[in-house]
Amino acid sequence: MDDQRRADYWRRNLRLMLTLLIIWFVVSFGFSIFLVETLNQFSILGAPLGFWFAQQGSIMTFVVLILVYALMMDRLDDEFGVSERDEQGERL
Amino acid sequence: MTILAWTWIFVVLTFGIYFTIAWRSRVSNTEEFYVAGKGIPAVANGAAVAADWMSAASFISLAGIVAFSGYDGSVFLMGWTGGYVLLALLLAPYLRKFGKYTVPDFIGDRYSEGARLVAAVAAIFVSFTYVAGQMRGVGIVFSRYLELNITAGVAVGIGVVLFYAVLGGMKGITWVQVAQFTVLIIAYLVPAFAISSAVSGNPIPQISFGGLLGELDALQTELGFAAYTQPFVSRTMLDMTLTTAALMLGTAGLPHVIVRFYTARNVRAARYTAFWALLFIAILYLTAPAIGVFSKTNLINDVSNTPIEALPEWVGDWQDAELITIDDLNGDGAVQYTGDEATNEIVVDRDIMVLANPQIAGLPNWVVGLVAAGGLAAALSTAAGLLIVISSSVAHDFYYKRLRPEATEKQQLLVGRIAMAVAVIVAGYFGINPPGFVAQVVAFAFGLAAASFFPAIVLGIFWKRMNSTGAVSGMVVGLSFTAFYIIMVVFNDMERWFNISPEGMGAVGALLNLLVAVPVALATQPPPTRMQEMIEDIRYPVTPSRSGADNA
Repeated sequence: MDDQRRADYWRRNLRLMLTLLIIWFVVSFGFSIFLVETLNQFSILGAPLGFWFAQQGSIMTFVVLILVYALMMDRLDDEFGVSERDEQGERL
Repeated sequence: MTILAWTWIFVVLTFGIYFTIAWRSRVSNTEEFYVAGKGIPAVANGAAVAADWMSAASFISLAGIVAFSGYDGSVFLMGWTGGYVLLALLLAPYLRKFGKYTVPDFIGDRYSEGARLVAAVAAIFVSFTYVAGQMRGVGIVFSRYLELNITAGVAVGIGVVLFYAVLGGMKGITWVQVAQFTVLIIAYLVPAFAISSAVSGNPIPQISFGGLLGELDALQTELGFAAYTQPFVSRTMLDMTLTTAALMLGTAGLPHVIVRFYTARNVRAARYTAFWALLFIAILYLTAPAIGVFSKTNLINDVSNTPIEALPEWVGDWQDAELITIDDLNGDGAVQYTGDEATNEIVVDRDIMVLANPQIAGLPNWVVGLVAAGGLAAALSTAAGLLIVISSSVAHDFYYKRLRPEATEKQQLLVGRIAMAVAVIVAGYFGINPPGFVAQVVAFAFGLAAASFFPAIVLGIFWKRMNSTGAVSGMVVGLSFTAFYIIMVVFNDMERWFNISPEGMGAVGALLNLLVAVPVALATQPPPTRMQEMIEDIRYPVTPSRSGADNA
């Protein structure tokens, strides 16, 4: 693999990482803290929305973000041929 | 059957399971002792991380903390889960590819031997402060449910942990933690489902608790408290932000959590370990705020303006345990629960919210026994995970890397086991005789990890130009600043800067670390080529070969 392709892999990894971290920041600090009073005018399952994000929604988002990261990195690793496989090509 | 009998049954049964697992996974070499032979599947490793992470405090106190601080308690819910996103995306896969035994290993290999020493001392300090709290938790559960005194309770805890941690090392600990996670999550969910059905008719607490918030807000305002969902009552927006950030960065920097990613099978397994771990942790963390709302509503409805003779039985039980105190100030024979300290007549310890939950909801005696076993599982699993960090820092980072590089496997293993045994006994001593500052220790541990490890490791992975001088000066500045603020505010009554709590200052410490490390690194020599190649290598799960032909 030449330097160009290595750099491509790393750049795509960083782009995915930054996208997910922006969502992480917006949901936890944005929705749950900075905008809590605005969002509390709406409600979900009987709870004020901003409060709900702070105690439920943000945690659920964190779990999904990590799953998306792991799945997308599997695909990226395969595309660049750097995934961990045994001699038969099975995933380790 | 009595609560005591049920408790004994559950405790003996669960301990029997732990001992059996530990005996079957006993180890004979250092790789198995420190990192379980790097052969733990992602789901099991995730459950082990969850048990490791959720301590006696998460199990017993979290719901109560949220119940008594309402919205402002969200800092702990978000802080102690959001850090896993940082771990998964910024640290776990790269540290697994690096593939050594301890956190100081990475700092030492990436930067310098001096940095390794600083990191090893910090790792031991952080872990010790934490483990003392866990042994105390074991003692409290034993004394409250099994009618042993705290000393005897802690002694039993020491014996149990010694047996399976010393015998099985990381391998034994990991498989026992999988069992402990199962016990603790069942013990947490059973009463939560029951109380949710009883209060709302819907067994899923996450769905039903929102509907109660209107009632709880009204109750609290009526009694002179701020509404439950009202933001920024005890913390300003700035303090909420910084504390959440500090707890997140600290979570991602705590050595006993990071080290679990070395035990994963490979880089891919490390990523999925982070996913499973947070999923398992989220089950408890999404339930805790619901328990908080149910028990707070029940508590107010049951005690407020109730004549003292007519109080429910559980109030008397927990008065005996000194977790509830009632003082009829105005002598009217009823309990006034208000937000005004001068007229408030009842003080309730936050731990009640989980401990008394089965009784408040009128559940059968066996549920109480189960909750006791769950609390023990939470405390023991966390203690064991911390002990392996202390043991590996002493035996690997100090003894093997610094003192006797020629030591054989057998000698290293022996030193590791002795270090662990000494550590658990010292921790037990502090569990029986807790130093006065135990409650402030959490601020220290997270502040320290946030201001030192996290920036040093992340910069080390993502910036090849980062060098030893930069990393060490950043760590020193971040650490001294954070420690200074915590010590001054907590012990010397210094006025808080901008109302920032001591536990939130770690975030500022981390920022200072970064602001110092980067310019210092740029002003000094870049790291050697060999180092830059190592960093290049950890960025790919399988390092691609350099030849242009192999372009698959």
